[in-house]
Amino acid sequence: MSELTLVQAVNRGLAEAMRADPDVLVLGEDVGVNGGVFRATDGLLKEFGADRVLDTPLSETGIVGSAIGMALYGLKPVAEIQFLDFIYPAFDQIVSELAKMRYRSGGQYPCHVVVRAPYGGGIKGGLYHSQSTEAYFCHTAGLKVVVPSTPADAKGLLLSAIADEDPVIFLEPKRIYRSVTGEVPEGATRVPFGQARSVRSGTDVSLFAYGAMIPVVTEAATALEAEGISAEVLDLRTLVPLDEEAVLRSVGRTGRAVVVHEAARFCGFGAELSALLAEKAFYSLKAPIARVTGYDTPFPYALENVYLPSVERVVAAARETVRAS
Amino acid sequence: MAGTPAVAPLPYTRAQAFNVLGPKPEETLRTAYRWMIRARTLDARMLALQRQGRVGFYGAATGQEAVNVAAGLASRPEDWVLPGLREQLVALVRGHPLDRYVHHLFADAQDPALGRNMPCHPTAREVHYVSMSSVIGTQISHAVGVGRGMRNRREAAVALAFFGDGATSSNDFHAGLNLAAVGRLPVLFVCTNNQWAISVPVERQTAARTLAAKAAAYGLAGTRVDGTDLVACWAALSGALERLRRGGAPEMLEFLLYRMTAHSSSDDPTRYQPADWAARALAHDPLARLAQWMRREGLLDDAFQTEVQSEADEAVRAAIRAAEATPAPPEAALTEDVFARPASPIPGR
Repeated sequence: MSELTLVQAVNRGLAEAMRADPDVLVLGEDVGVNGGVFRATDGLLKEFGADRVLDTPLSETGIVGSAIGMALYGLKPVAEIQFLDFIYPAFDQIVSELAKMRYRSGGQYPCHVVVRAPYGGGIKGGLYHSQSTEAYFCHTAGLKVVVPSTPADAKGLLLSAIADEDPVIFLEPKRIYRSVTGEVPEGATRVPFGQARSVRSGTDVSLFAYGAMIPVVTEAATALEAEGISAEVLDLRTLVPLDEEAVLRSVGRTGRAVVVHEAARFCGFGAELSALLAEKAFYSLKAPIARVTGYDTPFPYALENVYLPSVERVVAAARETVRAS
Repeated sequence: MAGTPAVAPLPYTRAQAFNVLGPKPEETLRTAYRWMIRARTLDARMLALQRQGRVGFYGAATGQEAVNVAAGLASRPEDWVLPGLREQLVALVRGHPLDRYVHHLFADAQDPALGRNMPCHPTAREVHYVSMSSVIGTQISHAVGVGRGMRNRREAAVALAFFGDGATSSNDFHAGLNLAAVGRLPVLFVCTNNQWAISVPVERQTAARTLAAKAAAYGLAGTRVDGTDLVACWAALSGALERLRRGGAPEMLEFLLYRMTAHSSSDDPTRYQPADWAARALAHDPLARLAQWMRREGLLDDAFQTEVQSEADEAVRAAIRAAEATPAPPEAALTEDVFARPASPIPGR
């Protein structure tokens, strides 16, 4: 075990995967000589050389499109998109090609590409270095969508993503790249997809979140405890596949649910989670489901702290669900 | 009825043509002729079946046969084909069975892609023919990645990226040529300029003098070739493939040709093509040009033509018969292959 930041854990995961398998390679803007603008790929060029750590021209469609070709051929590319906000030139490649290749070829061409992208607000990044648009990818059949919140999960889920036979969108919460540290197991300890992590258990209300919202929600749970409200925190970790069972089990116990994400509310992932609870946990619910999310606005620069779900907003929403019944 | 327009003659002596066609020139020409007849026969038959409602859709490649046959014959098994819209014949020439392709056209249970993609969108992994989407240009970037794979595994092979004139305006044309050039990867960019992107003529697609000229902006060689001249197609493709196998820089070949049918079975070109287009296209019919030249040079006679035509008729007929006797894909084909293993139950199933 070693104590690492989340971004160091990503770096460790990449290095270990590349050491274990010569077909694994990374590509993206500034990932080589510069080691990535967040240093996620620091040191990889020196260790693995320029055929496996590719500094690409500035073209997201070229990065993901060529990664698809590498995967068709049999390599295991890990493509970095510098910020999730810049992924849209590659959206066509991801939605039209990557997600559908296995299906439309009748299983002849699997396409195991991992697309890593730092996402989310809280770094004073304004409109185009802050967004959380995971729902676009969750909506597309054929993609797995992963969002770690701890260093151990960042490495363990990344190793699972690289080993996976399907395309994976791997979203890294850049707000907590360095603010969160934790013990990370050495070696190939994978964290399986489709298994939510129980951060703390409680009996009155379930708080569902992922990525950079986990520290916020955990702090909210502590604050609620001081008010005599016992809150359970579930870190979803993988949005696709979703651990439906853990979500339903939790609400079966507490009867109340608060869904928290930074993304805008309308058609956000919380809408899907709320629908799931309405369809399958209706008779367990003691209060309306609450959502604490970003607003249906573009991501603001000066007022990002207003936009982002805060401990206070989560506490207020949880309190409301408890008061409702 | 108007007389048959004069066919532009191929400008070679027999010796000149044999010089570029490699060790067995007569056999190559006969094989090419045979494939062009097969393709022409299949196009005509399938368009008719589409009109009768027996297949859902068809996109003919009539007029593009010379490039497709030359690419199929000049490429090697270890090369990869990333197709655009009209390269199905390349898969067949490389060894994908005709009957399997016809099963695909009928989207039946024997379609290797289980009826998931529209007709004319086959996948043939056994001949390194990658599944195509209907999105224009995306495969050009894929070819760069395949080239990177060949480089990293030290394989002396080439990724052929096919695309039409319209695709030269797409994002991935730019991305693909740029990435391949910077990485000096073994990618051959094959532009089949049939002069129409559905209704938009190539002069409204670009202000560049030729499409091949665009390659220069990426630091690459670009060459325009007569795409209706089988011998020229063969020479250009085999030469470029050979240079790339020996570690040469990527190249772009622009094959100028004539779309001889509608864009697809859903298109009505009388709405936009000038009245003289059909005659100009017929004058550049690659099959008629080759046949005329082979006759002149004593390489083709009535007996051979009849034999090849009956063989093609019979092969197409048999494949259609087999497809029409095959049921639709099982319902399970709807939900399989979304993921390697079902990630969760598919809603509604």
